[in-house]
Amino acid sequence: MKNSVPKIATRADLDRVRDAARSAPDKDVREKILVCTGGGCMAAGAKAIKTALTGELKKQGLEKEVALVETGCLGPCVVGPVLVMSKERVFYQGVAPADAAEIVQEHIVKGRIIERLAWKEGPHKTPLPLQAEIPFFKRQTKIVLRNCGVIDPNSIDDYIGHDGYQAVAQALFSMTPETVIEEMKKSGLRGRGGAGFPTHLKWAMARKSPGEVKYILCNADEGDPGAFMDRSVLEGDPHAVIEGMLIGGYAIGAHQGYVYVRAEYPLAVERLQRAIEAASERGLLGENILGSGFNFALEIRKGSGAFVCGEETALMASIEGNRGEPRPRPPYPALKGLWRRPTVLNNVETFANVPFIIARGGAAYSALGTERSKGSKVFALAGAITISGLVEVPVGTPLEDLIYEIGGGIKGGRNFKAAQIGGPSGGCIPREHIAVPLDYESLNALGAIMGSGGLVVMDESACMVDVARFFMEFVQEESCGKCVPCREGTKRMLDILNKICAGDGCPEDLALLQELGGQIKAASLCGLGQTAPNPVLSTMRHFRDEYEAHIVHKRCPAGVCAALLVYSITDACTGCGACKRACPSAAIAGSAKVKHIIDPALCIRCGACFKACKFGAVLKA
Amino acid sequence: MILTINGITVEAQTGQTILQAARTHGIFIPTLCYHSQTGPTGKCRMCLVEVVGMRGLQTSCTIEVAEGMVVTTESEALTAARRLVVDLLLASGKHDCLSCEKSGACELQDAAYRLGIERPSFPVEEVEPTDESSEFVYFERQKCIKCGRCIAGCNAVVVNEVLDFAHRGAETKVVCDNDVPMAESTCVQCGQCVQLCPTGALIDKKARGKGRVWELDKVNTTCPYCGVGCQMTLLVDRGRNRIARVTARQVAPNRGTLCVKGRYAYEFPSSPNRLTHPQVRKNGRLENVSWDEALDYTADRIKTIVQRDGPDVFSAFGSGRITNENNYAIQKFTRAVIGTNNVDHCART
Ligand SMILES: Cc1cc2nc3c(=O)[nH]c(=O)nc-3n(C[C@H](O)[C@H](O)[C@H](O)COP(=O)(O)O)c2cc1C
Ligand code: SF4
Ligand code: SF4
Ligand code: SF4
Ligand code: SF4
Ligand code: SF4
Ligand code: FES
Ligand code: FES
Repeated sequence: MKNSVPKIATRADLDRVRDAARSAPDKDVREKILVCTGGGCMAAGAKAIKTALTGELKKQGLEKEVALVETGCLGPCVVGPVLVMSKERVFYQGVAPADAAEIVQEHIVKGRIIERLAWKEGPHKTPLPLQAEIPFFKRQTKIVLRNCGVIDPNSIDDYIGHDGYQAVAQALFSMTPETVIEEMKKSGLRGRGGAGFPTHLKWAMARKSPGEVKYILCNADEGDPGAFMDRSVLEGDPHAVIEGMLIGGYAIGAHQGYVYVRAEYPLAVERLQRAIEAASERGLLGENILGSGFNFALEIRKGSGAFVCGEETALMASIEGNRGEPRPRPPYPALKGLWRRPTVLNNVETFANVPFIIARGGAAYSALGTERSKGSKVFALAGAITISGLVEVPVGTPLEDLIYEIGGGIKGGRNFKAAQIGGPSGGCIPREHIAVPLDYESLNALGAIMGSGGLVVMDESACMVDVARFFMEFVQEESCGKCVPCREGTKRMLDILNKICAGDGCPEDLALLQELGGQIKAASLCGLGQTAPNPVLSTMRHFRDEYEAHIVHKRCPAGVCAALLVYSITDACTGCGACKRACPSAAIAGSAKVKHIIDPALCIRCGACFKACKFGAVLKA
Repeated sequence: MILTINGITVEAQTGQTILQAARTHGIFIPTLCYHSQTGPTGKCRMCLVEVVGMRGLQTSCTIEVAEGMVVTTESEALTAARRLVVDLLLASGKHDCLSCEKSGACELQDAAYRLGIERPSFPVEEVEPTDESSEFVYFERQKCIKCGRCIAGCNAVVVNEVLDFAHRGAETKVVCDNDVPMAESTCVQCGQCVQLCPTGALIDKKARGKGRVWELDKVNTTCPYCGVGCQMTLLVDRGRNRIARVTARQVAPNRGTLCVKGRYAYEFPSSPNRLTHPQVRKNGRLENVSWDEALDYTADRIKTIVQRDGPDVFSAFGSGRITNENNYAIQKFTRAVIGTNNVDHCART
């Protein structure tokens, strides 16, 4: 069967396959059901839904007329499993296998929209069945995610049918490596892996580096807690990454590429592997691609999920088979990278942008964004936001719009407190800056960074000292241990934060944190240590009063730090005794129908009474 | 090429690091992880300098010199960074210099002394227990600063490939093989790791308690064991007339390495079993005699036997434990004086 797939040996072949892919399925298929099989929906049971739909379609004898297609993440993972009826792009959410019969009979057979499964918008939960009407989708601009939720990631023909591999054909036949780099320059694309380094500069440096053997690498380590855009791109549109790497390889003169993926992403690895095999089988990877004379091979290297292995030199060390430790720069990878050869490393999202830029022109890309930050950016929304999931917006979109217009605001109608952006290397944006445009410069000015696009939204129930402590714990555990300031220093910062959260902080601790933070940033070897103190410094900058409350008043205003909580019972107490029964420490006294009292000396601050009280009479402060 | 360090114009070779160039010109930059034998790694961050045109602080041990480079090795920011490093390291283990074997020759102690740090400003950590299992190497992990020199030495210099780092972050530690006690590992006890350790973490076990480094005389000599002729320094306790320790010299032919015999089998000079006089067997018993008597006796016996049985009953056997010159003399004597070509040597295979 494998041998029967015809090679795509020329540009004309590619166009033929594209045209065939565009028209072929539509001949007898009147509807296509796109079932999201992104990580989120898979976890929510997408496979079972697909099975149920297959069965139902068969039962109705519709399996020829209706195609069932697995597709990548559509974005609003929190309401998954989701699917799209592709003809009119009707969006269904929270689908269960039991809904399969109704979908087939109502939607397909009778042509009636199932409101029950439609998107609900606003306080009145107005159903919005059409994807085009849903604000979550309307406000987005999808370049990186252009094919996610549209094509079948396991079908190279589907990708080609959506103009896939046209950009690399254009680069190979109508452009020189230099004009490719020139186009990248026009696009203004900056690396999406965190630092925002202009991609064209990196490519130009590696192109100029002397050497016959060069490498191009894709960073799919995605170590930011809460970030999942790279995973989603690989799961939803692996060929776009392959095509981006092909173009990059052509531009810098590399004939071998590696994608470094964390092994905890089995679905991404599987789909990427399948895509690489398909592309190789069709001749889009390998020797003499499309008859251009350009050779390029691609392999996957699996990492075991150390955050530091996302750092470029550590990633290279890991591919080389060594301990994943960064090495000092210079020499920069563009000069001496993998196996000491000139190497370019780009992020998954960076590569996924490339085919668009080459096909549509750099100017089309730079039309989006701000003066200095161009294009679009994918964010992974998480935390106290109504619609957590994956979104793509033009760079410079205000944070407020992202949260309220796209993300549906704060869960439960609570108030926004802060957003942590850039993960453990980033910082927080407080309420007074909620209008900040999400671009590199504006975020840096506030002590945060764009980072890879992880955006954790917090409401009033978040304690910023505790948030800082969480990230410090993370970097401390993920530090590779190579250099002293990061290995030993982050531990000391964590000790101090733990002390503050336990109510043992002293006023000098703030100055010490500030000083340690500054020095760790200045003296550490790699980006991990150089940014590790950021969450602490940033929360100290924007929420100093909260630190002071912990240290001076021994209070946690958000009621998170267990050691600082004081539980008491208000007059709302009916004397039901639920709290008394729940208390494991016998700290609550009171007889039936009389207001109960908590003995602070006996209270162990477990919060059991708080949870047990049905009248909201237990106060936590 | 010409560069400027602390306002002084210095000449340096292409490929040299800032640290090397500075050291050549007597400009001191503190280091902890750098060793000429194991090379630069950029781990300790003690050697930080400022370079005009480069963002942030740079490690002088890793950055190569460039024409016209302007370097500063002392500034408030640099002192602060170095103090942080030493402060953190002192707190990372139990640095009780008072009774530490390494005191006086410890690079961490020196750094603390230079920076005027009396005690760490953080609470001292509890760490792994000491590995006392092996015969010659005493590994006190609580004094390890994770500089990696032992590892680089074991893997890249003597290529015994025993040591490596395990775990990460503050949990990072030096382990033998798969974290087994040194005695159970593939370690051959060459002591290279001890030689390279900047602190008291790796110590020659037999030398413990045998005298402080400043009490011992340092005597450069050649290892007597084999023909390689490794250069070594004996640390001699004159009062007790015994060797307390042996270290390798950073010169040819061994360039800082020694084998287990050369480094650790040094008790023989003061062994009671050692021959200190020539002896001749008289009436079935070995008796001390003068050199003259011993040589006369030997010459006489050789002559008698050669006259009686011919020279070919003789054969001479040279030794790897003596010098080339000695071996030359042996074969010359055998051929020219005795008159036979029966010459052989332990190193002929
Ligand atoms: C500690 C650390 C972790 C990183 N993790 C990632 C990662 O998971 N994915 C990524 O693309 N870049 C990561 N980076 C950034 C990379 O080092 C590198 O800059 C990036 O992959 C370059 O690609 P870009 O220019 O396309 O952004 C990390 C950097 C540091 C310092
Ligand atoms: S900064 Fe941290 S992660 Fe980076 S090399 Fe140093 S110890 Fe390792
Ligand atoms: S290793 Fe150095 S600093 Fe530590 S106790 Fe020994 S002499 Fe002192
Ligand atoms: S004694 Fe030699 S073989 Fe053993 S760990 Fe040290 S360097 Fe390696
Ligand atoms: S044992 Fe010594 S040489 Fe080895 S890492 Fe520790 S301090 Fe460095
Ligand atoms: S016995 Fe060992 S230390 Fe001595 S000279 Fe020979 S190799 Fe060197
Ligand atoms: S995984 Fe289905 S919407 Fe994200
Ligand atoms: S001597 Fe340069 S970093 Fe240790």
